[in-house]
Amino acid sequence: MTLRIANAAGFWGDWPSAPRRLLETAEVDFLTLEYLAELTLSIMASQRKKSPTAGYATDFVTVTEDIVSLLQTQPQLKIVTNAGGLNPISCARAVGKVLVKCGLENLPIGVVFGDDLLPQMDTLTKEGCELLHFDRGEPLGTLREKVISANAYLGAEPISRSLEKGARIVITGRVADASLTVGPAVHQFGWTWDDWNSLAAASVAGHIIECGAQATGGYSTDWKSCQLANIGYPIAEIGSDGQLIITKPDGSGGQVTRHTVTEQLVYEIGDPAAYLTPDVIVDFTTVEVAALAENRVAVRGSTGREAPESYKVSLAYADGFTASGQLLVFGNDCVVKAKVVASLIEERLHQDGIELARMHTELLGAGDGLPGMQPPPDDLREVMLRIAAYDPRREAVAAFARQFAPLITNGPAGLAGYAQGRPSVRPLYSYWPTTVPKELVFPEVRVLDANHWANTPENN
Amino acid sequence: MHEKTIALGEVATARSGDKGNHANVAVIAWRQAGYQFLEKVLTAERVAEFFQGLDSSHVDRFELPKLGSLNFLLYDALGGGASQSLRIDTQGKLLGTALLDLQLPVPDNVSEMLRGTS
Repeated sequence: MTLRIANAAGFWGDWPSAPRRLLETAEVDFLTLEYLAELTLSIMASQRKKSPTAGYATDFVTVTEDIVSLLQTQPQLKIVTNAGGLNPISCARAVGKVLVKCGLENLPIGVVFGDDLLPQMDTLTKEGCELLHFDRGEPLGTLREKVISANAYLGAEPISRSLEKGARIVITGRVADASLTVGPAVHQFGWTWDDWNSLAAASVAGHIIECGAQATGGYSTDWKSCQLANIGYPIAEIGSDGQLIITKPDGSGGQVTRHTVTEQLVYEIGDPAAYLTPDVIVDFTTVEVAALAENRVAVRGSTGREAPESYKVSLAYADGFTASGQLLVFGNDCVVKAKVVASLIEERLHQDGIELARMHTELLGAGDGLPGMQPPPDDLREVMLRIAAYDPRREAVAAFARQFAPLITNGPAGLAGYAQGRPSVRPLYSYWPTTVPKELVFPEVRVLDANHWANTPENN
Repeated sequence: MHEKTIALGEVATARSGDKGNHANVAVIAWRQAGYQFLEKVLTAERVAEFFQGLDSSHVDRFELPKLGSLNFLLYDALGGGASQSLRIDTQGKLLGTALLDLQLPVPDNVSEMLRGTS
């Protein structure tokens, strides 16, 4: 028995038609959809402040509408997603409504809770949990008052539990990306939670597919060698003993080669001998990758050891305001002129008595995409001036944002690109990675049919 | 200074991303001979020097010989990371592409390192 697990979303905002394209061209047992990057939850937190029913990945509701007929024609298909974000109940309600409308009112939806630690910050403090910064070791201290989201990266266990209770769609909040794949594998094969090598193999599978098309030729520096327009999203075939093959739908674009799979294996990792997940610590240095056939690649030799005793926690706190503005600067003297325009903005703010905490100027097109790497070439005819600012005071950043438009008439000639209007001032949420002992976190699951979720009251 | 050089991009691809305020840049050799060459010449010091404009505090190198890959971790390289950075590239997405321009001395067996069949 081989379990086929696909991924068709690597972040909130990924290709909207990828899930449907995948399910129309490949039969899989599980579709995973990953929506939560490091800062997504803080964005959701600010959305939830404005509306108590917001704070989840609304893309998933659209995806459900798009693939609902495939749920009807493919009885083996199940979906596991972290689209629930900060508000998995509202997400389940919205998805439930779509299913009811399409005659799938009995479809069981599992919701995983318990990752949201904001309601229990006081308890954590009482338990002596200082929420030390993962890299710097400092305690959170007084920043605690500014925390807007704090979520533990749950593991695969509550997902597996939801599937055991019969869920066909599992909606979670923050879980580790790889756990979206590990949960179905453990459910299917009945591995114990200390079968470290099997958990490692499934985690490697999850890590390879979690960013969608990055495993199939997307984000490759070798981009010229594959057809990207109809790129296929990845499928992991997992065997009961942890065998793993990566492939993609027949006839899709992109490619699955030893190289594309390896590129994704080493993406966003630190020490490859200790890739931490809540389920297992994986050693990537024992992993080997070998091509089996066209677009079929075997991944062997994953090894794992006992999982960490703490959950990683993604915590965000309100940290002032930011804005960025751009102007196209044209002419043989564009580099000099762009620098003058940047200094005009600074000087005019100074005249108004405003000193911003931080400003950063980039001459895009002149090499500033990589700060300090190379001097601008001397034959440029145009350059995009981009200036970004940060300050704890909203009004100071708003004053900065108002400096761009006047330059069209009271600055030098050769400026364009103001059609988008005044730069918007955004609240900035800073990231505070930390850990919490596992015994202080309580993952819970609830599996109910679509009709029940659709009728869950708004205030529940 | 007349030593012949070869761009890293001739023998490898690269992929970069963020870990908070740290960036990772992984280099994936096309062939095993290329990996052995890079293991010798593509040191953490060389990569740190290449990226000195980023003001990284230090650079670590991790080897994955079975995957023909080297992983470089550039600490504090992202101007605050995805949340706080004021740069256009808040997440270090450009670093992999950039590193492929790094010039290395041409090895004797360079023909065994080029893409070919892998």
